[in-house]
Amino acid sequence: MVVVMFFVITVALFPFGVGPESNILARIAAGVVWVCAMLATLLSLDRMFLNDYEDGSLEQLALCPLPLEIIVLAKAGAHWLVTGLPLILAAPILAMLLNMPAGGYLTLFSVMILGTPTLSLIGAIGASLTLGARRAGVLVSILVLPLYIPILIFAVGAIDAAAMSLPTRPHILFLAAILAAALPLAPWASASAIRQALN
Amino acid sequence: MENLSDFFAMGGYGSYIWPAYLLAALILTVLLILSLRDLRRNESTLQTLRAERRGDAIDETDT
Amino acid sequence: MHRFANPNQFLRIANPLLPWISALSVLCMAAGLYLGLFQAPPDYQQGESVRIMYVHVPSAWMALFVYASMAIASATALIWRHPLGFLMAKASAPIGACFTVICLATGSLWGKPMWGTWWEWDARMTSVLILLFLYVGYMALIDAFDDPTRGQRAASILALVGAVNVPIIKFSVDWWNTLHQPASVVKLSGPAIHPSMLWPLLIMAVGFTAFYFALMIVRLRSEIAAAKIRNIRLGQVHS
Repeated sequence: MVVVMFFVITVALFPFGVGPESNILARIAAGVVWVCAMLATLLSLDRMFLNDYEDGSLEQLALCPLPLEIIVLAKAGAHWLVTGLPLILAAPILAMLLNMPAGGYLTLFSVMILGTPTLSLIGAIGASLTLGARRAGVLVSILVLPLYIPILIFAVGAIDAAAMSLPTRPHILFLAAILAAALPLAPWASASAIRQALN
Repeated sequence: MENLSDFFAMGGYGSYIWPAYLLAALILTVLLILSLRDLRRNESTLQTLRAERRGDAIDETDT
Repeated sequence: MHRFANPNQFLRIANPLLPWISALSVLCMAAGLYLGLFQAPPDYQQGESVRIMYVHVPSAWMALFVYASMAIASATALIWRHPLGFLMAKASAPIGACFTVICLATGSLWGKPMWGTWWEWDARMTSVLILLFLYVGYMALIDAFDDPTRGQRAASILALVGAVNVPIIKFSVDWWNTLHQPASVVKLSGPAIHPSMLWPLLIMAVGFTAFYFALMIVRLRSEIAAAKIRNIRLGQVHS
């Protein structure tokens, strides 16, 4: 819930930053909601493997017969359930506060559903790479945020297109393609990072 | 003389072209100097460490 | 493959080459500067400002080339488990980052008279900016561990993840840019470039590439020496 609080507060800062004019807020609503959702996702990333790494249970998990990739996938899924899902539920309310055009809500909802799992999956790579690193929390942000840019582009593009009643299908298909690519590749990269961390 | 100042003016774009070239030269030179200094320091440290060890052990790092 | 993977073997080949590569680099850069600044004609549209191209474009190529080399070195190091690839990637990263900064800075200096602003969210410049972030992430990660081999392994995985992402980022930024910007940007007509401009460009690019290899060998020697120092110190602690 702390993640959602963070999400709400950062979004609520924007009217103070750019002024309360509703047309400006409406124009930037999709981008603000998405950028803040990404920052909120980052907050909890460094905890994804850290506790298990420090108390040694990650080593036990790596030794068990189940492939480490599956375990990473489960971890990323758990991370999504406690951060991605609450963000999806909070996003429409925040979009309303920012006066987002009415045509965008359904698309906002669908791109959040397609996009947030990818955030958790790519985040798993960053979290596993920084296991045992100094200042891991900041480091994760530096590593992961550039990799989030394509998701941001397509997600906001879809919402903007919907608000202008243009076709949203291509954007959504690209988001789905990125998710489909991240689903096998991210656990694989993350698992190899964990293996080298445990060596 | 006039030719020279014409050359430096670069048809009015001199104030953009020369900083671009100077900046590139500066960045590459600084990187080169830092890298060479690093190399010299590391190699001299390695030499002194080896000199200290010589005699009592075979240098297995060299194999 | 494994013969070259041994650092000492590698140095035996690389050290004699170093003066030649350095000479090639100096010669090409001097020739490129002469051709670019004195011989090449001003562009009919952009006037003399086109001369910034002779540093801007080669450094953009180098920014990508060095990242690709880093990714290849990391992949070979991870697959065949030899440390030379890790050290090569580590030695390359600051060089690539410097070329990226040069590319961005000269692009900005070129953009001011052409577009009227220091920074335009043009697709290419934006992609290069993200590439710089990837370099920064790599260098931050490699230095974040107490055990240097851990940092090198983690950073190599990151380099590969980044390499997979570079085309996706490039594609998405192009897409984003065409959505948000009317085609108002002055563009160089790509392959139709006149030979009198192409030659200085290519010679400069060869000079930059040779500079990269020469500097990479220097930095790699330094890294190898640092690794040996660490080995000796560890040995002293244990005995």
